[in-house]
Amino acid sequence: MLLLRPTAIVQRTFKASTRKFSTETSQLRRTGLYDFHLENKAKMVPFAGYSMPLSYGDVGQVASHNHVRTDAGLFDVGHMVQSNFRGATATQFLEWLTPSSLSSLKPYSSILSVILNEKGGIIDDTIVTKHAEDAFYVVTNAGRKDRDLAWFQEKLEQWNTSENAKDGSVEMEVLENWGLLALQGPRAASYLQALTSFDLQKLTFGTSAFVPLEGFNLHVARGGYTGEDGFEISIPPSETVEVAKILMKYPVQLTGLGARDSLRLEAGMCLYGNDLDEDTSPVEAGLSWVIGKDRKETGEFVGAEIVREHLRSSPPRRRVGFVIDGAPARQGAKIFSGDESVGIITSGIPSPTLNKNIAMGYVKNGLHKKGTELEVEVRNRRRRAAVTSMPFIKPNYWRG
Amino acid sequence: MQSILRRTLASSNSLSRCRVNITSRAVSRPFAFRTIVKSSYVFLTLHETAKKYTVEHECVAFDDSTGLGVISITDHAQSSLGDVVFVELPQVGTEVAQHDQIGAVESVKAASDIYAPVSGMVEEINDTLADQPGLLNKSPEEKGWLCKIKLSDPSELEKLMNEEEYKASYEH
Repeated sequence: MLLLRPTAIVQRTFKASTRKFSTETSQLRRTGLYDFHLENKAKMVPFAGYSMPLSYGDVGQVASHNHVRTDAGLFDVGHMVQSNFRGATATQFLEWLTPSSLSSLKPYSSILSVILNEKGGIIDDTIVTKHAEDAFYVVTNAGRKDRDLAWFQEKLEQWNTSENAKDGSVEMEVLENWGLLALQGPRAASYLQALTSFDLQKLTFGTSAFVPLEGFNLHVARGGYTGEDGFEISIPPSETVEVAKILMKYPVQLTGLGARDSLRLEAGMCLYGNDLDEDTSPVEAGLSWVIGKDRKETGEFVGAEIVREHLRSSPPRRRVGFVIDGAPARQGAKIFSGDESVGIITSGIPSPTLNKNIAMGYVKNGLHKKGTELEVEVRNRRRRAAVTSMPFIKPNYWRG
Repeated sequence: MQSILRRTLASSNSLSRCRVNITSRAVSRPFAFRTIVKSSYVFLTLHETAKKYTVEHECVAFDDSTGLGVISITDHAQSSLGDVVFVELPQVGTEVAQHDQIGAVESVKAASDIYAPVSGMVEEINDTLADQPGLLNKSPEEKGWLCKIKLSDPSELEKLMNEEEYKASYEH
């Protein structure tokens, strides 16, 4: 029996089987580009409650992946949740919900951050962009929408009715149905530059700006989820299809979730639900670097106690990268040191760029050092797994 | 066997000769040639009709003269899997029972276990797949075959599906 486990994996990762999909199609949400995807022969799959493109036409995942590494790809990430936080105490509020240093962040700069629960576990990972002391643009995961928004609401109420808001309250606005497109790859910048008078050389990695683009004025953030140079472009609902059509021309190729996953894994980036969850602290997740320097000792943020404990004495386990011999290890594969089970793989693929099996997973603290030789179990056989630093590929960000 | 082959060719010749009468000469030559090729293909497919399928997309092409079954994954399976980048095969000499896991096919997105569609002994594996796993996409049921199993119980084949039944199994 050959179990067509792609469906099974799609089931697990994308939260619904094709069979289930057929009965639940009506309940799946659509981004503003749903019809656009179908017109471009997308193979749609359920992902995070949305019907999203896995791939387009007969372009295989490897070819699609490679195209982003060598040229450029366009991704619909409009399923992600875009929100604005505004108000006189917005900086302090978000510094309560995240361990990031937002007061020292320059306007129109973005950072990766984490939203933590009381136990220091990661509710979601997020990109926070500061526009001003009193205005932030926050992007969170579609699959965490209900949890995140409920949490934000609860915390906003708490904040706005407390002493903390005496200098002004904070409001959240969710940008429902707004488009979000990611243009990624070494040829992304030259492609985008041809469409705008804005000097993109000045828009370095981690910064953003409102960019005039063929008559539109769009929020463009330099960065992404592939390890390549690129842009994430936020678009009002009525303009999304038109902007997508402008951005998809040669040499840009439409790119689906399949390649998005292998690209982000090569770049060592986490996928919430696979590599991050509410029982994992940012220190365990190897994300201590998102905690602001000035906040490590004294920062008062939700979950600070556990985070500080993990920073002081080591956390029980740590997320690391692996290169694995023979068969690729996938999510759920057990990690061994001799006979002892010491951890679990959370994401793994045969890397299209490196032609090696790469993976990330959690191991007992102490076994996390680069070069540590461990084993993973794939189909009841042990395979050599060497702890490797991440990212697996050299990122190609534009730092000016 | 030779006689069958000769008979097949002979009948195709007579068929093409028939057609010569109704088509112009210029067209008839390549046409006749193609007919011969096609007929011999029909002859070859006498063996290929012994192909049996599992609901999970494995295929076994059984040759009753050798007792060997060539195991492969179906074209439908490879198209669902996407680019195959790694194939794990059993070791030659392994005794397998029907439904035993005998290997795996990996694409970037996922791993698919391969289970033995029949019981027997693994006589040969397709070593080419180690260097060219992409053969599974290009030619899943021919060049991309996985292994050959000497069937210990050919009656197991009767429980498997023919091509028509197999197609119906995933089209619904």
